[in-house]
Amino acid sequence: MKFPKINFDSMKNEGTESVTPQERRKFLKLGLAIAGVYAGGKVLSLTSIVGSAQASGGTSIVEKFPYNPHYSMVIRQSLCIDCEKCVESCNKTNHVPEYGYRTRILTKRYTGTLDKQVEFIPVLCNHCNDAPCVRACPTKATYKDKITGIVRMESKKCIGCKTCMLACPYDARYFSAERHAVDKCDFCWEERLSKGETQTGCSSACPTGARTFGNLTDPDNIVYKLVHQLEEQVWVLRPADDTKPNIFYMKGSMRSVDNILKGQKFKYYDPNKV
Amino acid sequence: MTGRMVNISKKWGFHGVEALKNASPLYKITMGLFALLTLSGAVVGLQAMFTGYHHVYGVTREISWGLLISAYIFCVVTSTGLCIISSIGHVFGGEAFMPIAKRAVYMSIIFMFGGFCIIFFDIENPFRMAIWNVISPNFASNMWWMGTLYGMYLVFMIVEYYFLLDQNHTLSRLMGFFGLVVGIAAHSNLGAVFGMLHGRPFWYGPYLPIYFIFSAAMSGGCAILFFTTLGWRINPEIMNQRMERAIKAITQVTIFLISVIIFFTIWKIITGMVSEGKHLVIMSFLTGDYSINFWLFEVFLGMFLPLYLLIRSRGNNFNLILWATGLMMIGIFFMRYDIVIPGQMESVYHSLGVVEAEEMLTYTPSFHEIMASLFGIGFIGLAYFAGEKMLNGHQLEKHEIVPDGGYICPGCGAIHFMEEGETEEDAMKRHHRIW
Repeated sequence: MKFPKINFDSMKNEGTESVTPQERRKFLKLGLAIAGVYAGGKVLSLTSIVGSAQASGGTSIVEKFPYNPHYSMVIRQSLCIDCEKCVESCNKTNHVPEYGYRTRILTKRYTGTLDKQVEFIPVLCNHCNDAPCVRACPTKATYKDKITGIVRMESKKCIGCKTCMLACPYDARYFSAERHAVDKCDFCWEERLSKGETQTGCSSACPTGARTFGNLTDPDNIVYKLVHQLEEQVWVLRPADDTKPNIFYMKGSMRSVDNILKGQKFKYYDPNKV
Repeated sequence: MTGRMVNISKKWGFHGVEALKNASPLYKITMGLFALLTLSGAVVGLQAMFTGYHHVYGVTREISWGLLISAYIFCVVTSTGLCIISSIGHVFGGEAFMPIAKRAVYMSIIFMFGGFCIIFFDIENPFRMAIWNVISPNFASNMWWMGTLYGMYLVFMIVEYYFLLDQNHTLSRLMGFFGLVVGIAAHSNLGAVFGMLHGRPFWYGPYLPIYFIFSAAMSGGCAILFFTTLGWRINPEIMNQRMERAIKAITQVTIFLISVIIFFTIWKIITGMVSEGKHLVIMSFLTGDYSINFWLFEVFLGMFLPLYLLIRSRGNNFNLILWATGLMMIGIFFMRYDIVIPGQMESVYHSLGVVEAEEMLTYTPSFHEIMASLFGIGFIGLAYFAGEKMLNGHQLEKHEIVPDGGYICPGCGAIHFMEEGETEEDAMKRHHRIW
């Protein structure tokens, strides 16, 4: 077999000018992602923050979010006591009929554990950046809000084919006979946020601070701080579906989180004191 | 222009309402039953619409596609299949398949309408669809493509049928080709409606779009055998040597396609056994709630029994073919049901290990859902029986393309070829000695 002869000595240096900015960025991102994984931030591979990465030491290097304000919720699972005040508040705020719900609390039981036998997991629409429901809708009745990233409904366009209900990997949708359309969590955009409030119905009703709602683009915001720490693991539900959700989960009871919250001048986050 | 009407009835083989009036009492009773089914289905469906579907249908938030979607899929799969099988003849020139074209295209249109009848009672706002599908299309949505392409498909099939009746071979062939292309695109999109849902592992992947096309071809073969042999029972005159040859050819193709579907099903089960997301559903097929659906209806009635009977029939025992394909139609219906419902059985939170999602979700069709499905099925039956009489058993005049040197034998209706220096009579004699 013959090999082509390449004379390396006589080859010209192409220089760095020929590397496109895209390629360079990709290469950098790769390095950052690896560094981030080693630093313990599992968030990296899961979050919706395209191109964001943390190097060891926790300094965030790339700060790029698809939306501004990028609304998001961090759920501190250990704090949820299943009082269902959030569900009540949601139903009342958004006029949810009896047969439906926009949010609910799931129960997970353990046997053989020493500290506790039960854990509560609040679930709601994940306002995915890569929302399967938005792709599935034939008439664009459900869409990603271009400014806030909230997955919203334009009820008059809904034909009621229910594809979105099946496309959603979080069971966040139901058909509302009253609205003649599929209904879902909109982070209380219609009833609260668009009227100047800063908190959703569920997060403001939560007595323990298990649900913290905020703007992921604002470094001073509690949500930003909880997601951008390395000490405690942050995860999302059903990461394999690759939907890039905006609801983050953490246990939320560690000292490091307390320290972050103390920086906010209170122990448990009270939305009314912001 | 009065002469034109006469011409059309002769040319199209259109016998009109007169033919219905002359039908036997049993025939009229059968038609009456189907008419009653259609009517009562429509009434119950409308009642459900005004009461609100969530009060009367068995579908829930988690299992939001039920019997109606299964029945819709059954209808459109059969419609596409009829188009695929008939196109072998009148689009691609497979001479043996030509005689079934008229009936196949007619039934394809009827099944499509039947499917639309059913989905009308499933979609919550069908009237909005007509507006927003056009004004606000989402090109990334399989549902949009499926609806739009099926609409186009129906138009092509109707135009094609018109040209078939009008004996305009070139245009009917062209329309048939477009109909086939659009139909296959539409149908694989229907598979992709399921296959592109990330959160549903039982459906997700390229399997369903591919499976749907082969499954459609199998359903089409089954349906055309069923409706032709039934047509033969109604009016034995429709059978001639060409038709017998067509039935034989389609029986062979159907046997092949059943084997393909058996192959597909075997691999669905085997791969599903080792997949975390599919395991529970597959087990419910094999030993659980869906084992009767799967083993008795899908495997036995839908595949093995017809496979055995069709092979036994050798393609010329029409009574056996009628039974085989009739039972197979029931089996195929369960095949569709077993795609739609089990795909939703496992809650999306099952893998999270929470109490609420421990059990498999269940679904039972309600009375209203069954009746709304029968609205479509009844319509198909009614249209079939009406068509057999009014269109004179879909008998052929000279609908298909006769190759050079060939002619249509007045005795058997087959295309004969003359050898050099031979008269038509000699050719006929020679031909029939062989046959």
